[in-house]
Amino acid sequence: MAKVVIDALLERFPRIVTDAYEGPGGDDVVFVRKEKILEVCRFLKDDPAMAFNMAPYITAVDYLGQEPRFEVVYNLYSTSKNWRVRLRVKVPEEDAVLDSVTPVWRGADWFERYCFDMYGLRFTGHPDLRRLFMYDEFVGHPLRKDYPLRGRQPLTPEIEHPEPFRGPGPAGRD
Amino acid sequence: MASELDSVPVIATRKDEAIGALQQMVSKGLGWARKYSLFQYPFVTACCGMEYMTVGAARYDLDRFGAALPRFSPRQADLLMVTGTVNCKQAPILRRVWESIAEPKWVVAFGVCASSGGFYDNYATLQGIDRVIPVDVYIPGCPPRPEQVLDGIMLLQQKIQGQQHKLIDRSLPVVGGSR
Amino acid sequence: MSTEAKGTEMTERAAPPLPSELDAPLPSKRMLVNLGPSHPAMHGTTRAVVELDGEKLSSCKLDIGFLHRGFEKSCENVTWTQCFPYTDRLNYVSSIMNNVGFALAVEKLCRLEVPERAQYLRVITSEIHRICDHLTLVGAMGMELGAMTAFLYAIEGRDLLWDRLTELCGARLTSNYARVGGVARDLPDGWVEKTTQTLDRVVLLRDELDALLTRNRIFLDRTRNVAVVSREEAIDLGYTGPCLRASGEPYDVRKAAPYLVYDRLDFDIPVGSKGDNFDRYLLRIEEMKQSDRIIRQCFEQLAPGEIAVADPRYVLPPKPQVYGTIEGVMAHFKLVMEGIQVPAGEAYGYTEAANGELGFYLVSDGGGRPYKLGLRAPGWPMLASLPWMLRGALLADLVPTFDSINMIGGEVEQ
Repeated sequence: MAKVVIDALLERFPRIVTDAYEGPGGDDVVFVRKEKILEVCRFLKDDPAMAFNMAPYITAVDYLGQEPRFEVVYNLYSTSKNWRVRLRVKVPEEDAVLDSVTPVWRGADWFERYCFDMYGLRFTGHPDLRRLFMYDEFVGHPLRKDYPLRGRQPLTPEIEHPEPFRGPGPAGRD
Repeated sequence: MASELDSVPVIATRKDEAIGALQQMVSKGLGWARKYSLFQYPFVTACCGMEYMTVGAARYDLDRFGAALPRFSPRQADLLMVTGTVNCKQAPILRRVWESIAEPKWVVAFGVCASSGGFYDNYATLQGIDRVIPVDVYIPGCPPRPEQVLDGIMLLQQKIQGQQHKLIDRSLPVVGGSR
Repeated sequence: MSTEAKGTEMTERAAPPLPSELDAPLPSKRMLVNLGPSHPAMHGTTRAVVELDGEKLSSCKLDIGFLHRGFEKSCENVTWTQCFPYTDRLNYVSSIMNNVGFALAVEKLCRLEVPERAQYLRVITSEIHRICDHLTLVGAMGMELGAMTAFLYAIEGRDLLWDRLTELCGARLTSNYARVGGVARDLPDGWVEKTTQTLDRVVLLRDELDALLTRNRIFLDRTRNVAVVSREEAIDLGYTGPCLRASGEPYDVRKAAPYLVYDRLDFDIPVGSKGDNFDRYLLRIEEMKQSDRIIRQCFEQLAPGEIAVADPRYVLPPKPQVYGTIEGVMAHFKLVMEGIQVPAGEAYGYTEAANGELGFYLVSDGGGRPYKLGLRAPGWPMLASLPWMLRGALLADLVPTFDSINMIGGEVEQ
């Protein structure tokens, strides 16, 4: 759908943007190295031939067991050209710090806070990097694969009730 | 008070029933008055809030039960209707709101998420509000049909009628039990 | 002599204040007001800590997370089909759209084509729920500005549509209707005629709402020119859906990247001009009219057919086969116990929900459970930009603004 974009990226950032492929449904996806993500995003937004003026969705995935462990996924959209592209940035666990793209798209603000809260990835240059969903006393990052599903950390003391029907259930892994 | 009576045999029960006829009349009258004028505090969080809106609206009218007027301040309310999922971050707030409501007060757990956590058995959700506050009536359903909610309100009204009401009640509120 | 001296002293002390002193404002402190998580105007559970300078907001800080129910992690631990009830409860006012969005994303990853009747059914139910969502918003907006009648009419309209959906899906609100490969059940007899009558009644109610609110002096004064968002800012902040269209950008996924049968249907995209609260409200009235058009066209174009792909790897086989043949039993068993085996890979499926672009980013490891299910909530960018939208506004403007962005807690806080 947006082969022009992929070709331009591969040409302009030869060793940084790699492994372009076409996903199911015609999505165009490339991998980007994490050191230069801000530069790539700036190019995608400011260049008039690319014109990616909206970043509808930025998220992270935890591939536990793979090296590097995390991946930040940027889904970008251009309203004038009506094309989309997906950037995948691999982030290792030891160095889980990225540049924030909030200078490029202001809407990326809360998405990056979500990645920090749920996965523990930090973004330099973010105006206000703090937890989004979980409370400040929460220890850990819930969406990581090694965090237990039922790892509740109650804020108020709770009265325990006997649970007659609570068995392994569908969440049998935990 | 309740625990004392539990350990003492039959005589205490008769004593309990043998409150004077005047006191019984007063209790019934106050029960009648309190059950038909419930001021609810709608602690609305999630999807059950949509059914709550429907129950309060024109078709399944909650006004005919006397429970129509929501009071958005806990000080002015006596029925805490917890509609929707309460998660661990919201639990202290629920506790504080409940403590702010003056006696006599009743709590309705509206929906399965409030009753038992629903199907959100995970790190974020409180598995039922009865872990932090005492509950009088549980209304299951995800979300419950408005008729079920009205049934729950009627059940609560029966319960209120059956409780002991006094004109001047000097007993301290029992935390962990609703009367 | 001494008295004269005293007299002059007194007149010196009683000299009139300088003109600048009369105009100097009285020093005052800014007041911090906490619009707490349990608040009627906060649509459930958002906490806004506002700093007030008189009646004007000088800053507003949002604290969310009071309805975070662990949707994504729950979905990682159940099969693909078991995710549908979880998706229902995201945007609980228009839940079929979430189901359909998720089903489309999974089908994108599986490279599955859904039969035509199922596509029409999905469109019909999605548009009915879109009308319900817009009715709820208009009613809630009216109620919170004092127009209780608008609320009652809107809820009545919504109730009528929910009655039709109960006959179809089994539940009023959390419908759980779409499945991977089609829909769950077919239309009952006479449903199309009944729903047409219901839609006629809803049109009457919608016109009453329009008449009550759109030219109402009080409503206009409260919502016109409040929280104006320009087109470029809206795109930069990531807005989609009615809020983006109210700011002037005609982006609708149904027209830009048509899915299901939207390319065969004839409907318009209303676009606003100013991007204030009133535009966002009026756009929803107009969208209700367009949804009505779409549903009626679908009823005309609907033809008998299959409601789900006849592939036992994705859809439960019909009961005679399950009870009669070995293959049927095995397919049923595998689908229920292990779940649909979605091929490994990742996909981002997006649809136009009532509130904007609803996106599901799916990562599959080839098994029966999602590896990652990322939700792009349509209301998220609007809520994130609320402090910016309310800069310099009055405290009373917070209420209609919160209403008009249609923040649904279930989807924003997942």
